[in-house]
Amino acid sequence: MRTGATGIIFRREFQAYVRSPMGYIVAAVVLLLDGLLFYSTALGPDAGELLSGEVLRVFFYFASGLTSIAAVALSVRLIAEERQTGTQLLLDTSPIRDWEIVLGKFLSALAFLSVITVATLYIPLLILVNGKIAVGHILIGYLGLILLGGAVLSIGVFATALTRHQLVAVAVAAVITGVMFLLWQLSQIVGSPLSRVFAALAIHGRHFNGFMAGLLHLRDVVYYVALTYFFLLAATRVMEAKRWE
Amino acid sequence: MVELTDVTKYYGRKRALGPVSFEIDRGNTVGFLGLNGVGKTTLLKILACGLRPSSGTVTVDGFDVLREPHEVRKRVGYLPELPPVYGDMPVSDYLAFVGQLKGMSRERVAKRVPEVEEYARISEVRDMPTRHLSQGYRQRVGVAQAIIHEPELLILDEPTHDLDPVQIMEMRGMIRRLKDSHTILISSHILPEISETCDRLLILNDGVIIASGTEAELGEKLLMSRHMAVTVRAGGDGAGAPRDVIAAVAGVTGVERAGDTERSSGDADATTYHVEGEADLRAAVCRALIEAGHDVLTLRRAERELERVFVGLVGGARA
Repeated sequence: MRTGATGIIFRREFQAYVRSPMGYIVAAVVLLLDGLLFYSTALGPDAGELLSGEVLRVFFYFASGLTSIAAVALSVRLIAEERQTGTQLLLDTSPIRDWEIVLGKFLSALAFLSVITVATLYIPLLILVNGKIAVGHILIGYLGLILLGGAVLSIGVFATALTRHQLVAVAVAAVITGVMFLLWQLSQIVGSPLSRVFAALAIHGRHFNGFMAGLLHLRDVVYYVALTYFFLLAATRVMEAKRWE
Repeated sequence: MVELTDVTKYYGRKRALGPVSFEIDRGNTVGFLGLNGVGKTTLLKILACGLRPSSGTVTVDGFDVLREPHEVRKRVGYLPELPPVYGDMPVSDYLAFVGQLKGMSRERVAKRVPEVEEYARISEVRDMPTRHLSQGYRQRVGVAQAIIHEPELLILDEPTHDLDPVQIMEMRGMIRRLKDSHTILISSHILPEISETCDRLLILNDGVIIASGTEAELGEKLLMSRHMAVTVRAGGDGAGAPRDVIAAVAGVTGVERAGDTERSSGDADATTYHVEGEADLRAAVCRALIEAGHDVLTLRRAERELERVFVGLVGGARA
């Protein structure tokens, strides 16, 4: 049976995360910081009196930041490393399409990021031990984290397609992601209609608030899917332009 | 099998290649010979569909590299100068990955991987991550990935790059075995590699082909038969100096005594001379030396003929 090129690339890249220390380091840092932040906000001596739902909302808030940082860290090696080590030439001279390469790499990073994200599930379950929260709230919050992570990953894939230097890719991905986050803050201080445009484009804020609160809005899902599609398409165009260089 | 017509490649305003035109028949092994930076890698990358030519047409097995690149890519196995291996992947996994990339089914890959491991003599390292392999093994893995999908055209860019002498001999042996089943293009600036494995040579300089043909044809072009080395044991007192005797032969244009490193004939009295003439003067020189009372121990066309061809051609082109 002939395996699709996207599946072949996906498997190779996912195994690369599992085989390399980088994947484990990112996972360990995310899990450690998630745990520490949860302790300080919900269990520690400085934790205030919060309703269980509010604790969960706060958890999804800081988890969204950590997931975004992890997404940048996981994505920047994806194509830049291939160019650095010369293996991109193998892909370029194989009968596969650029979108298959981009999609395979993106899905592998998304799968690994999802594994890390789901590994934090013990935190909502801890809330469930002493409090009362809806399972739907947990599921929607995690869906939001994965959608947000996917969007930031796509920005990282775009950045890594631009250059052979991983540090440059990190910088480009961090700047784009940072600006997308800041748009929400900017929308609070500028007047209309700019504030509405900024709020609609911001990667956090309006589009993530619903997921944090356990509310699923189709427009928010569409926003993250569209953003992801846009950056993956841009990455594919960059790959196509560079393939013959 | 391969046809190039007026192919050029520019990086900005700088011409890296061309215009280049040539054809290569199925089953031939052709060597691209040239100094570093003359366009060999550019040419091979264009043939492997890794680089777009600035102008001209390139077809492989009838398929145009720009119009039907995937058809070309299916038919080409390519070993770049540095083997494109993933350091974290064990050899077998890597070869299976490449096979699937090239469009092979899982069943075919499962059958083919042990075959190419056997062929490239890398079975003993099949479970090792490629980053732990020596350069020689890594190069063999590079060849294995290039042939895994049984391509009709095999492109090897400097296949003996960074190898030690034993590894170079092994690589040449592998290329000779591959000649039976593939059309092969090899680039190199190492002359013996080309002369020992190729049926035909294309010599590149400054992005253009300055000569092509078999080793013998190229030698003929530069009249190699006019260079010879003669080892002489000088005769008695009555005989003239061997150098003078050789120089007196009609048609001889130069006589040079060989350096110490070439005088290892085992005979302390023997001296080797390099002789240049206007025609093949081996018989005349031999006759003159014997008639003058000297012993001729060896008489042969000059060694390292291809180096002379190459340097002659490149030097001529640069003059």
